[in-house]
Parts: sequence; C-alpha cells; structure tokens
Amino acid sequence: MAETALAGLKVLEYAQFVSGPYCTKLLADLGAEVIKIEPPGRGDEARRREPFLNDVPHPERSGLFFYLNTNKLGITLNLNTATGKKMFKELVKETDVLVEDNQPRVMKEMGLDYESLKDINPRLIMTSITPFGQTGPYRDYKAYHLNTYHGSGLAKILSYVLPDEVKRPLKGPGFIGDYDAGLNAAIATMAALYSRLFTGMGQHIDISKQESLIALERVEIGMYGNEGDSMMSTVMLSGMVGGLQPCKDGHVVLCLPMEHQWEALIKLMGNPDWAQDERFKDELDRAQHAKELNENIAQWTMERTKDEIYHQAQALSCPIGAVTTVADLVASEQLEARGFFVEADHPEMGRVKFPAAPYRYSKTPWRIERPAPLLGEHNEEIFCHRLGYQKEDLVRMRAAGTI
Amino acid sequence: MARLPLQGIRVADFTWAWAGPYATMLLGLMGAEVIKIESTKRPDHSRMRSLAAGPTFGGPNQAPIFNDLNLNKMSITLDMTRPKAVELAKRVVRISDVVAENFRPGVMDKLGLGYEVLKEVKPDIIMLSSSAVGGTGPNRHYVGYAPTFAALGGMAHLTGYPDSAPIPMMGSSDLRSAATSAFAILAALYHRAQTGEGQHIDLSSTETIAVLVGEAFLEYTMNGRIPTREGNRDRIMAPHNVYPCQEENSWVSIAVATEEEWQALCHTMGDPAWVKDEKFSDAYRRWQNQEELDRLIGEWTINYSPTEVMEKLQKVGVAAVPSFSGLELFQDPHLKERGFAKEVQHPAIGKRLVVNAPWKFSATPAEVSRYGPLLGEHNQYVFGELLGLPQDEIQRLVAEGVIN
Repeated sequence: MAETALAGLKVLEYAQFVSGPYCTKLLADLGAEVIKIEPPGRGDEARRREPFLNDVPHPERSGLFFYLNTNKLGITLNLNTATGKKMFKELVKETDVLVEDNQPRVMKEMGLDYESLKDINPRLIMTSITPFGQTGPYRDYKAYHLNTYHGSGLAKILSYVLPDEVKRPLKGPGFIGDYDAGLNAAIATMAALYSRLFTGMGQHIDISKQESLIALERVEIGMYGNEGDSMMSTVMLSGMVGGLQPCKDGHVVLCLPMEHQWEALIKLMGNPDWAQDERFKDELDRAQHAKELNENIAQWTMERTKDEIYHQAQALSCPIGAVTTVADLVASEQLEARGFFVEADHPEMGRVKFPAAPYRYSKTPWRIERPAPLLGEHNEEIFCHRLGYQKEDLVRMRAAGTI
Repeated sequence: MARLPLQGIRVADFTWAWAGPYATMLLGLMGAEVIKIESTKRPDHSRMRSLAAGPTFGGPNQAPIFNDLNLNKMSITLDMTRPKAVELAKRVVRISDVVAENFRPGVMDKLGLGYEVLKEVKPDIIMLSSSAVGGTGPNRHYVGYAPTFAALGGMAHLTGYPDSAPIPMMGSSDLRSAATSAFAILAALYHRAQTGEGQHIDLSSTETIAVLVGEAFLEYTMNGRIPTREGNRDRIMAPHNVYPCQEENSWVSIAVATEEEWQALCHTMGDPAWVKDEKFSDAYRRWQNQEELDRLIGEWTINYSPTEVMEKLQKVGVAAVPSFSGLELFQDPHLKERGFAKEVQHPAIGKRLVVNAPWKFSATPAEVSRYGPLLGEHNQYVFGELLGLPQDEIQRLVAEGVIN
C-alpha cells in the first residue's frame, strides 16, 4: 500500500458536530492518527442528526457522523472529572495537534486552555474553532450554523438573487459554513505543523467561524468597506448574461465573461438572428439589455434538457453547467471515472457509499482505512495499550462515569 | 519580526481568475514567497475590465478585484508563446517548492510545463493543477467558473427557499476551491519535508464543492431520498430562522436547540400568552407549527434592532446573531477589535480596505502585508537577484519581448 501524506502525525480531537470533526477528518483521511474524544453516553452531537440509515434514529446510524469521522479512532472521556482531565493531559502529552471547539471560557474553567496545556507539551499545536474566535466582545456568544452564516454577511449576499417579495437573508445549504470553518482550520493547522519542523515550537491557533466565512466573500465584502455598496448586488446580477436559466428538466447555469464564450453560445444556439442585434455587441451592451437577452436564451434552453445543453455547450468550450442533484452526481460518468465515490463497511450501517476527496495525489493517495468509530470503540486500545491502564481500571472508570 | 509559518517556501504561481490566485494568496498570507507569472499580452482576468470590476477599476494595475485576490504576491511578466520565456519559467520552477496552475487540463503540457517536464527540472516539486472537473475522466476538458462549480457540485440545487429556484453561489465557490487547494498543497509540503518526495495534485473545483454537502449524498445512498432546498430551516430545531427587525431589511437569526433555550427565549419576550399554547408545548410541536411560531416571534423582534435582540438573548444563553450586511461588518465592534480588515496602501489605487487573513497564530503571525503586485513589478528582483541574470541580458529579453 502506498504511503500516506500525513503518516506518523498524531491528532487529538475534542470537538463535536461539523467544524472540528471535518478539520480532523481531512487530516485522518490523509493518514494522520486522529483520536476522537466524545462525552460518555451521549457522544458527539452529530450522532443525533439525520440522515439515519433507513430513518431509524440511532447513535451508530447517522450518515452525518459517519461522513465526518472516517479513519478516526474513538474514545469516551468525561473531562469534567479529575480522572478524565488527568487522562486527557496524558493524551495531550503524546499528541502533535489538539483540535477543539469549546467556548473559550469553558476550556479555561476546566484548566485545559492553551496556557495550561503548553506546559505539558511545548510542541503542542492547539487549534480552537469557535463561532467568534478567542478574543473580542462576542467571544463567548452562542451560535449555531444558522447564526454564524448570517453573522458573516454571506446570508445577505445569497439573497441578492431572490425576487423582492421573498428577499430574506438565506443561509447556505446543510452545514456548509461549518465545513468551511473546518477546512480553514485545517489549513492553519498544517501551516503550523510545517513551521514546527523548523522551529520546534508549538502554538495556539484561533479560528473564528465568522471570519472563516467572511474570507470566502472577501471581494464582495471588501467592496462594501471601500465603496459602501457592491457591484455584485447592483450591476452584476442585473447585467449578467446567462446566469441561471430554466430548461426542460431543471436548470442550467451560464457564465460567459469572455467574448469568445459569448460567440460559442451563439454558435451553440444555431446563430439566431436576434443575437446579431447591435444591442448585444459587446459585454457592456449586453449587460444593458441583459433582461431581454436572457429571455431569448431561456426560450432556447427551455426546449432542451440540462444534460444536452451541458455537454453540447462544453463541446464548444462554452462554460455552462447543469444544476445537478445528488442523484445526478452519484450517476455521473465523470465522477465514476475519477473514483469520487467510495464504499466502506460499518458494523451497524453495513456498506456505505460516500464522497471521497476532491484531490488526487500522485504519490500519497487519499484512502479509507476504517469507517467512523463506534462510541468508545477504541477505549481499550488507547487507554490500556497506549496509556498503560488495566482492563479492570476501565470497568471502574465506566462505573464512575469517566469513560 | 516573528517567523511566519511558511517562511522559506517559494511558489511559482501560474494561476489566474479567482480559484487559483486565492489558493496561492493563502500561502502568501502565511509567509510563502509567491511569484505570479503573467504577461501583458494575457493578463489575469481579474486585471481586466468586466461587469464586476467595480467603480475603482482603471486598468490592469488599478483593479481592486485583482488586488483582493493577489495580496502578498510578486509579479513577473513572461510571454509564454516564446520558447525563451518557457525556459525562464523553468528556471523559476527550479528555485521553487510549489507550482500552482488552473488552466484547462493539457494547457501546461502544451506550453512545455507539464508535471513530467517540471519534475525533471526540480525533482521534489509539488505541483497543483486545479480545473473545473479534474484532469481525468471523460469530461476533463470541460471549462467552468464559480457558478458552474456550484451547479455541478450539487450545491446550487440545495441552496434557496423550497419555493424558489436553485441559487448558484457566486465567487465564494471559487474561494472554497482555493481553500481546498491550499490545504492539499500544505499536506504535500508536510510529506515532502518528511520524505523528500514531491508530487502532482489533480484537483477538481466541482468536487471541492460536493464534499461540503457530504451528508446530502448519504441521504441518497442510504435512504434513496434526494434532498432539496430548505431555506433557513433546520430538520430538528425550531425556532430556527431569521426574524424581521425595526429597520427595513434588517433581520436577526435565532436558533433554539434545547428546552432551556426555549424557556429563556419565552422569558425574554416577556412570556406572552401564546407561548403557553399547546401548539408550542414541546420541541416537536414547535417544529410542526414553526410557520406560526416564526410569525409570533417576528412580532416581538420587529420592535428592536438586530443587535438589541442579540444582546438580550445572548445574555440568557440563546443563539441570536444579526444577519449582517457587508457594510455592517465594517461597523461591528467585535470584528473591529479582532482586526478582520486591514488598510493597504496601493500605488495605483490608493488606500484600500481588504479582508485580513482568516486565522490568528499565537507564535507565527500571518496577515496581509502588501498590495497585489503591479504587472511585472518584480521582474528585476526575480530575473536579476534570484536568477542572477546580468542587467544587459535582462534588457535584451525585454527588448525581444520575452520579458513582457
């Protein structure tokens, strides 16, 4: 088997739901050893989230939890007990990275903030992911995905395209903003690891979900800071040629910033007479008359299917995409050829098919070594074989609510 | 000055538009020396006039969008249609750690700068190729931009209100692809530091979007259901929406997960009679009757500003955050204190506020330190100092149009 990119890297995760787990999943899938710490009994919040296999709610059957925790080892530990804290510190001593997502004051109250942990392990890289970061007046504010998405300004930006009567700010789909924060945290964590190779020094990384999201609309948001308004909200959306257009079985999206792409579109539509009109001569002319232009395009797209338009357009290098559902993607020949979907066996869920990774490494492939862990599945392996506790200790710890 | 996390890393940056440039900019924010290789003949899209360019646009060196996506970088100009330019590009690669490009698959090979060639030039080079749907598969030559990535990645179909059309997100899809590229490069750099081995990374922008809605695929592969748009709603939580506030188009988001939070919300609203209604007596009933619930909560929020609602509710442990506009972000005291934006002095544009780096490192600061480069601004530094070309040779190459 080929070597993995992050072989030998040790990561500890004390986080729940999406952001922290997605951050460490990215590392685990590339070969890092990730030990996931869950609270005894309840486990990670994501275990109580849809989709459940056959719609049976069960902590070992959540598709969300499965997807976010592949390739990890799972243990249970109650950090509110003295023994739990002691064992946690033993694990921190041996790890390269700790990823956590607790309110700043909670880690401090537990005596598990960076200042305390760096004394145990000066090489520790601690990545803290919270809604608003470790400093500032909102640092201990509570926010779910809905709230961070709206608090980042992205929800208002998404609502630009909505018709006036339903123009309400809108969150991104699913938990995308939490994934974004996890990815952003993984970038910073890898950079700190790289830096440590030369300095030998650990450090604390402060990730704000709000700022992770703001960064993704930096161009749009930056315009507000300078111009007080944005081009996107005004000129761009009303003047865009193409954009979303209806077709026989759904929608397509056209994005044609270059002159040769406009010419390709005309060719694709069979050189209709209306396209020769003076009003559509260059990009700025077309923007002026975008409404009329788009009505003409829609008449053409309405008579075809999204796949017909997509493939015929692309044959002419015309940047059009089909609006796809998850079912379309699972059936996609392109994704099939790239091995985008993989399968893994899970003791409670059976064989599960899920997306792998968006990158192909020539030397260190992404791979699935194990499915998401059952709650406390690796307690014995970690506590006994790694930390040297006796199996009898585990029985007593369980009774005491520590594990 | 403190050491930056990627100090000592050099990137030969062939990228353009949005998704490529922001990937290498992220590395530049962390201290990598990013050398953007462009030409006056074929400047980056974002240096050119377009609908989105903004009122400040005044030509390739006065393009705010380019500035925003190429901060902390250097720029050299090479006319790649000239064989001598390709040779110079290879010399830049020889002293680099990373090559990044986002042309249509095959273009770098045609230029004579494919991975097979570059790994001969620099055996441990890490090369990232980012494209619309990846460098393999039957559709590998397909082209696209952020809105088509969102559409093809399954996200547009999931974005919007149940009764509205799908929404292809705009620029953010490019930046999501870029963030994924930066992560992929960093993992390869870590591997190279451990083993001395470089490699090629083939990244699909469409796939970078699809992985961010992972659970939607499991809903289909496990249960055969095709999820669709859900607006601001949640599958379990209610209330979970945006609520209108005093001023026009001002909204606050409120999400309630536990009974404790619900009680605190009721109390803060002054325990109006309706909260005792059987329709809202448990979480399941609140979810079932959420339309009416939302309307009633909105009758309370309409009396306040979003910030007032946030302060009242956060005090009692309820998640309430304004739905900020771009303008409001710049006025928010929390973001101000965190320094989320920074002023950059640009030689052609003047003072410009830009969003700062999205991480805070305790030991190795990473932030915006310079404006997006002027076209060819660093020709002298790169060809003269780094490659050690004599001045008369540089002048000759400029005269021949190779450095151009």
